[in-house]
Amino acid sequence: MKKIVAKQEACMGCGLCEVHCTVAHSKTKDIIKAYNSERPKPISRVTREIQKPVSFAIQCRHCEDAPCVVACLTGAMTKDPKTGEVKHNKDKCMGCWTCIMVCPYGAIKMDKENKVIAKCDLCQGLKEPACVANCPNQALEFKEVRS
Amino acid sequence: MAKYVIVGASAAGIGAVEAIREIDTAGTITVISDEACPQYSRPMISDYVSGKADFNKMKCRDDEFWKQLKAEAITGKKATALNLTEKTVTLESGEKVPYEKLLLATGGKPFVPKMEGQEKDGVFTFTTITDAQRIAAKIDAIKAKSAVVIGAGLIGLSVTEALTKRGLKVTMVELQDKILSLLLDPQASEMVEGAVKAAGVNIVTGQSVQKIIGKHDNDAAVGGVILTKGDTVQCDLVIVAIGVIPRTELVAGAAIKINRGIIVDNTMQTNVPDVYASGDVAEAYDFVLGQNRLLPLWPLAMQEGHVAGHNMAGQKSTYEGGTNMSSLKYFGIPIVSIGLANPKDDPTVEVLVKSDFERKVYKKLVLRNNVIVGMTMVNCIERAGVIFYLLKNGINIKKFKDQLLVDSFCLATLPASLQKKMNVVQ
Ligand SMILES: Cc1cc2nc3c(=O)[nH]c(=O)nc-3n(C[C@H](O)[C@H](O)[C@H](O)COP(=O)(O)OP(=O)(O)OC[C@H]3O[C@@H](n4cnc5c(N)ncnc54)[C@H](O)[C@@H]3O)c2cc1C
Ligand code: SF4
Ligand code: SF4
Repeated sequence: MKKIVAKQEACMGCGLCEVHCTVAHSKTKDIIKAYNSERPKPISRVTREIQKPVSFAIQCRHCEDAPCVVACLTGAMTKDPKTGEVKHNKDKCMGCWTCIMVCPYGAIKMDKENKVIAKCDLCQGLKEPACVANCPNQALEFKEVRS
Repeated sequence: MAKYVIVGASAAGIGAVEAIREIDTAGTITVISDEACPQYSRPMISDYVSGKADFNKMKCRDDEFWKQLKAEAITGKKATALNLTEKTVTLESGEKVPYEKLLLATGGKPFVPKMEGQEKDGVFTFTTITDAQRIAAKIDAIKAKSAVVIGAGLIGLSVTEALTKRGLKVTMVELQDKILSLLLDPQASEMVEGAVKAAGVNIVTGQSVQKIIGKHDNDAAVGGVILTKGDTVQCDLVIVAIGVIPRTELVAGAAIKINRGIIVDNTMQTNVPDVYASGDVAEAYDFVLGQNRLLPLWPLAMQEGHVAGHNMAGQKSTYEGGTNMSSLKYFGIPIVSIGLANPKDDPTVEVLVKSDFERKVYKKLVLRNNVIVGMTMVNCIERAGVIFYLLKNGINIKKFKDQLLVDSFCLATLPASLQKKMNVVQ
């Protein structure tokens, strides 16, 4: 399947991926409103992992044998058998945080206002995920990988 | 004749059916459950009582699930007997269901100690949607204002939150000195206790309920409880949430070996060939303790069901094991507690702690020979999964030990070789 891949040596740790992810997952799609006034607050599903001098961006890896899918207490987390995408249905989610406990990448965020989790959905509907499209240094690629 | 028969259609049963169908798309499957609609999220019954979720939201699989997986679902009927020689399961209607491979996924039932007055109207347990519906209906019918919850473990805390959200004044009664004593050390427990009390809950520890008493005008209805030391707490409802025990009545007297739960090997097979057990009813492997034991948890039931299903369908699969691992959301305090989180007087372990009472943040790691064997995280759980990965895979953390509890800990903290192994970067 097509996944987002991080190129560590190209990442400057600038955080634009987080900004654009937040905006892409906002209602208004407006950067000022998304950050200042929109409620519930939109949440970035990508995180900069920084331990100087190393930095890279991480988001859901859409794991082959996804631990979050097996662990989910409600069936909110599922693996699409056709596309391989790990999908989260927030209407089913009870915000129990069990998936967070088992995600090896720490790729699941708490949406405390809505009492559900938030994670990368590969920006369904966009040509390319927002983080990939907006990284000024091409440190993120969206490409076909083996698993 | 059904090739596969599964008794119990909750987490373990669902996991098994899904696993069987990954391998065998043709073999007939029959699932039997005494619940009318068994494919619901049991942990969500508290959201039902609080009013946050209706039954539709609670369904963890579609209504069409069994049909889609070509499984015949016999629901609302209890299995009452097993015949291991004849290879049949008998239903309460007398009907016999023959099997080639059998899975016992009968789960747990609430443990209710003998108490005077326990037959009174208004005493409930808290494990099924039926319990939740009865409690919700009772609250409405008698306009209940207060409740006593016996037991301050995970289930006790979940029902306490639900009742509090519904506006009831709740008193939790716990025999141990601290709430959540199976999951948390005293320091973390106190942090949570503070939040529970702030929500208006009354907590009584070191005591139990010796007697349930009636109302002045109606002795058959719950009016209060008398605690061990003699104090009376008035209430309209009593919820017994002490714990669950394996539901083994179906195998009693059969040749299947039981300790506290059904004994299984690492393929989830019992001592009787072609008979498997998974979930809360089974004693499966704990990779931290290195032994089999009861671990009544949803994700483990699902995993054990998968392993059983694969083996039943002829694909050899071994259970990698689980451990005591809970994530809690109650009273707005996210908690993750895994493995040997609270070792007592164990000279072989090293404990790292970082606490910040102001922010109500608590992090604790328990190490043995530089391998993480237990962890607790309160109010800062987003990286808990990374630590759990280190724990589960027995990774030696000596080189980055001092980094594990700092706030900036993340994947980038891990050695490059490990990052590579985890496939986080190119
Ligand atoms: C309030 C509450 C909160 C919880 N919260 C969490 C949590 O946060 N995290 C977590 O990991 N776990 C939690 N759990 C535990 C979790 O729900 C269980 O571990 C899980 O449901 C076990 O699944 P199981 O399939 O083994 O058994 P069960 O879910 O107990 O299902 C067994 C099924 O078999 C049926 N059955 C039994 N005997 C027969 C028979 N003879 N004939 C026909 N049918 C039969 C039962 O009616 C039931 O439907 C919670 C449980 C409760 C009650
Ligand atoms: S949320 Fe985590 S565990 Fe689940 S698929 Fe994504 S990376 Fe894997
Ligand atoms: S938080 Fe939501 S998605 Fe995660 S395990 Fe709980 S119900 Fe499933």
